[in-house]
Amino acid sequence: MDALSTETIDSETVGTETVGTARELDLATTPLRSLNGLLHGREVEGHAPLADEPVVIRNPRGAHSVAAGLDRPLQVTIDGHVGYYAAGMNQRADVVIEGNAGVGVAENMMSGSVVVKGNASQSAGATAHGGLLVVEGDAAARCGISMKGVDIVVGGSIGHMSAFMAQAGRLVVRGDAGEALGDSIYEARLYVRGTVASLGADCVSKEMRAEHLEELATLLKAAGFEDDDPASYTRYGSARSLYHFHVDNASAY
Amino acid sequence: MCGIVGLHLRNPELYPRLGELLTGMLCEMQDRGADSAGVAVYGDPRWSPAGSVAVSFVPDAASTALTSGTSAHEAAATLTAALGSPVEVVDAGPTLVAHAVASPTTAGASDVVALRAAVVASYPEALVTGFGDDVAVLKGVGHPRDLATAFGLEQAQGWQGVGHTRMATESAVTAGGCHPYAVGPDQCLVHNGSFSNHASIRRDLRAKGVAFDSENDTEVGARFVADRLEAGYDVETALKELLVTFDGFYTLLVSNSRSFAVVRDAIACKPAIIAETDDWVAMASEYRALVGLPGVAAARIYEPEPERIYAWTR
Repeated sequence: MDALSTETIDSETVGTETVGTARELDLATTPLRSLNGLLHGREVEGHAPLADEPVVIRNPRGAHSVAAGLDRPLQVTIDGHVGYYAAGMNQRADVVIEGNAGVGVAENMMSGSVVVKGNASQSAGATAHGGLLVVEGDAAARCGISMKGVDIVVGGSIGHMSAFMAQAGRLVVRGDAGEALGDSIYEARLYVRGTVASLGADCVSKEMRAEHLEELATLLKAAGFEDDDPASYTRYGSARSLYHFHVDNASAY
Repeated sequence: MCGIVGLHLRNPELYPRLGELLTGMLCEMQDRGADSAGVAVYGDPRWSPAGSVAVSFVPDAASTALTSGTSAHEAAATLTAALGSPVEVVDAGPTLVAHAVASPTTAGASDVVALRAAVVASYPEALVTGFGDDVAVLKGVGHPRDLATAFGLEQAQGWQGVGHTRMATESAVTAGGCHPYAVGPDQCLVHNGSFSNHASIRRDLRAKGVAFDSENDTEVGARFVADRLEAGYDVETALKELLVTFDGFYTLLVSNSRSFAVVRDAIACKPAIIAETDDWVAMASEYRALVGLPGVAAARIYEPEPERIYAWTR
């Protein structure tokens, strides 16, 4: 029987609107390292220190590593498309990306939340241990690869090899999933509303019990999709036949 | 790693800005590979004027300088004598671009063969980087920004351009290892990734009589596509066959005078992004290469799916 997570999600921390006192930082004029230094609470020459006021980042123009490595309760809104590893390793901060995200958004997130208003490229939420990642559009290949406790909610569809070797956490997909979903999955739980192109090795569909419906409803609400009917989703998880090497399974690896 | 950029203009009002836009895209991708770079430009009035055929070449394929080491004026005289009719040569940094008037009766096909033969006969050490009615292919070793300046890329005009910034993995850092590989008339191919079974495909192509300029894996892909196009396939069919024949990692951009196509392998770990507006179609390894394009804020932006061929025709 699946051990349900006891973690709760604070829906109020997701997608919080910034108030009038937000601090604007412009990547067209501020180097990325200075910007990230300010977000990390460090002193940066030529800039007033950043307290805990909300931050709006202008002109990201696809830059890599925007708002990566944050470790304090900060509300950050990025006004545009970002490149690789945006909000990577996030702890406690709530980051909203008002555009598309490149490879590895919120990779290795520990806590807090990251919301992508557009689409995300491959490896969204890779290896993340905690927090909530919401991709309102589609996420490409390898979404949630090796996820270790993060919750991921995707408004659209996900690409191939998603949740590969997923160890813990929940992945919710309101659209369809690509080939080889959940290949070699451990104890993560996957909820998909649409079709699954194919399941990976040792990933199977499972019964939606009351606790799963409840868990899914909580996740959908946290991501702003509370109108979805949890019963319209299918749960997928590990068949647990590949945990330990058995010679009869050799062809399945 | 390597970076790819491509721009296919739909609005002729943008043709005069092709070089400027392509330079911005190429230089933004220099972080992905800064050992060498190359570009292909379709329709530049200096390099490949309308009504002419053009052959691009690096006189000394082993050179790593930003200049060709050969005077364009002298090269023009040498090639005029070899061809027996007037040839003009434009200096584009490490690469020279020779062009001669195409005879109206042959539609250029035999003229480009003759001009190419004149280049090869006059410069036996040269690497022919591209040939055809419309394309100039410029390559060199060095930093992409320095090369763009040396090529005079910013002043280029035309309807289509592709570029590549290289981080060498599969063959030497020389002009011969640079992309784009332009091995058929007006064709060109750039690649991010690596082909793992290129040696056996190279052997098969060599057995059919195909000659190679380098030990590079991408050249095998380009020669394969050229071989299929020569056999009468269209670009989409040739790429479908490439998908089932080649092993490895790749995002490819394949172009000729009329078309522009993108394809990724089944695993699709090499990045690619496409943006489209009414005025242009652009492709790059990363979105940041596209931020300088006019109207990009309103573009339709998407990531190409694995094993699907995306093609646009003029």
